[in-house]
Amino acid sequence: MEDTLKIVVLVKHVPDAQFDRHLNGEGYTTDRNESILSELDEYALEAALQLAEARGGAKAGNQVIALSMGPSGAVNAIKKALQIGATEGVHLTDDALAGSDAAATSLALAAAIRHLGSDAPVDLVITGMASTDGETSLVPAQLAERLGLPQVTFASSLQVEGGRLTARRDADLSSETVEAPLPAVVSVTDQINEPRYPNFKGIIAAKRKSITTLSLADIGVQPAQVGFSGSWTSILAAEERPPRTAGTIITDEGDAGIKLVDFLAAQKLL
Amino acid sequence: MAKVLVFIDNPGDALKKSSLELLTLGRSLGETVVALNGKLHDDVAAAFAEYGVGTVLLPSAEDLDDFLVAPKAAYVAAAAEQAGAGVVLLDNSPEGKEIAARVGIRLNAGVITDVVAVDANGTAHKAVLAGSYNTSCKATTPVSVLTLKANNVTPEPAAAPTSPETVTVEVPAGSTAAAARITAREQKVASGRPDLTDARIVVAGGRGLDGDFTPVEELADALGAAVGASRAATDAGWISHDAQVGQTGKTVSPQLYISAGISGAIQQKAGMQTAKVIVAVNKDAESPVFEIADFGIVGDLFDVLPQATAEIKKRKG
Repeated sequence: MEDTLKIVVLVKHVPDAQFDRHLNGEGYTTDRNESILSELDEYALEAALQLAEARGGAKAGNQVIALSMGPSGAVNAIKKALQIGATEGVHLTDDALAGSDAAATSLALAAAIRHLGSDAPVDLVITGMASTDGETSLVPAQLAERLGLPQVTFASSLQVEGGRLTARRDADLSSETVEAPLPAVVSVTDQINEPRYPNFKGIIAAKRKSITTLSLADIGVQPAQVGFSGSWTSILAAEERPPRTAGTIITDEGDAGIKLVDFLAAQKLL
Repeated sequence: MAKVLVFIDNPGDALKKSSLELLTLGRSLGETVVALNGKLHDDVAAAFAEYGVGTVLLPSAEDLDDFLVAPKAAYVAAAAEQAGAGVVLLDNSPEGKEIAARVGIRLNAGVITDVVAVDANGTAHKAVLAGSYNTSCKATTPVSVLTLKANNVTPEPAAAPTSPETVTVEVPAGSTAAAARITAREQKVASGRPDLTDARIVVAGGRGLDGDFTPVEELADALGAAVGASRAATDAGWISHDAQVGQTGKTVSPQLYISAGISGAIQQKAGMQTAKVIVAVNKDAESPVFEIADFGIVGDLFDVLPQATAEIKKRKG
């Protein structure tokens, strides 16, 4: 029987990319109305659930903790994760966190993960390959650096055995097999699995699962270390790009390929 | 004069265009110092001289490539400290961003990714939310770490070449202990086409190709372009997942993006709408891609693309 695992999955509520998104918040932060669980985080959650289930699931003592940092709306991402199958939810929220950049966010998340590991150590932190809003991909790497943990990014497969993980990474020019000791931080791609949907049983079960709320004081972080004051970058100005406008549209009358080349030649793109 | 550290990873026997762009931008901000990983080939050393590099730093360890980024980040941070750099520049590849992220923590430095330009005072410019906003931002820390998107700076040799000295940087002990080790590596077969994220021209195909990427590939080769694809096409297995352009794939901003048989829903648009010129070919006149195309053709791509390919070959002789 494999050892049980305590896995933290980072989940984020992001503005739904199906709609227009805006930087209307204070300090050009993202407007998070109409937010949803980041699609790419569903793969991270599924990877965690599969590892837990292979070891007997929650009954055997495996934990899959959905951790989200953010204002009240972040609870929705946690609730969705609980419906899909996470065993518990943790919501890190504090007014002082608003405006945190990647450095401040990773500081707060690192402290939260240390806090969650204070009774029994966390074995794995799993994230999606990117957020669909900030798109900087900095937070997981900074989290690993702050926690002093190995990180495997872009895992397209993940196995854990005997306190070590093995993963496959698909880069553009090569595929790699990677090994690291636990605990570790792993980001998974959208090729690793097919995320499950919450079913009726899961939705009912989620109502009985607890969501723990943590403040900065709970995790030993000073307000000045995070938010706008604790950030190492600042946005000076943001300007909405004028939307692209349609150019010339023609219907093929048998010579559109030639006209296409004429257009490229006129644009000096040949 | 401020020192600017430029990290260049395994250039082989020639610098990539994106590396020349980093060196050109770096020179506009201060005296450039290169932190190299890998062998310093003679031609690469000559390019450094031509681009006005003051010093080339090399790591004391040769096994950095056996691990994922952590030890490289430790080396770059040590190199920045040794050089007294105020700015650290890296390429905008996924690995470049990861190294930047970790260097930022090691140096207590703000990190800005996806940078397209940097003013002399250090203000960086970038597009966010899939190109729907342009922002200017700045690190508030003494050192800033920036990753530069390809194709935004024109490479220019220095007015006066330099003769850079080579100095070794001690990679911090223990930096491989908590790192993921690469135990096997399979090279993929090189396509001979340019790298999708750096390419000047991208020809991309989607659902409308119905399993056959030949017309897209032939047009790409006639133009010397990279091949891209929509998520529908990669999910269907018609082409490698690496080719996916869009929200869950790569973001590209080439001079020219030719979209064939792609409806242009928001997931795809997010990956390509900062292209300078967009050309779209689609059977369906109602496709959203026509709302953003500079030149749109309502027609069958299996007619239009081969005709264009033949015409380009004819004109190029």
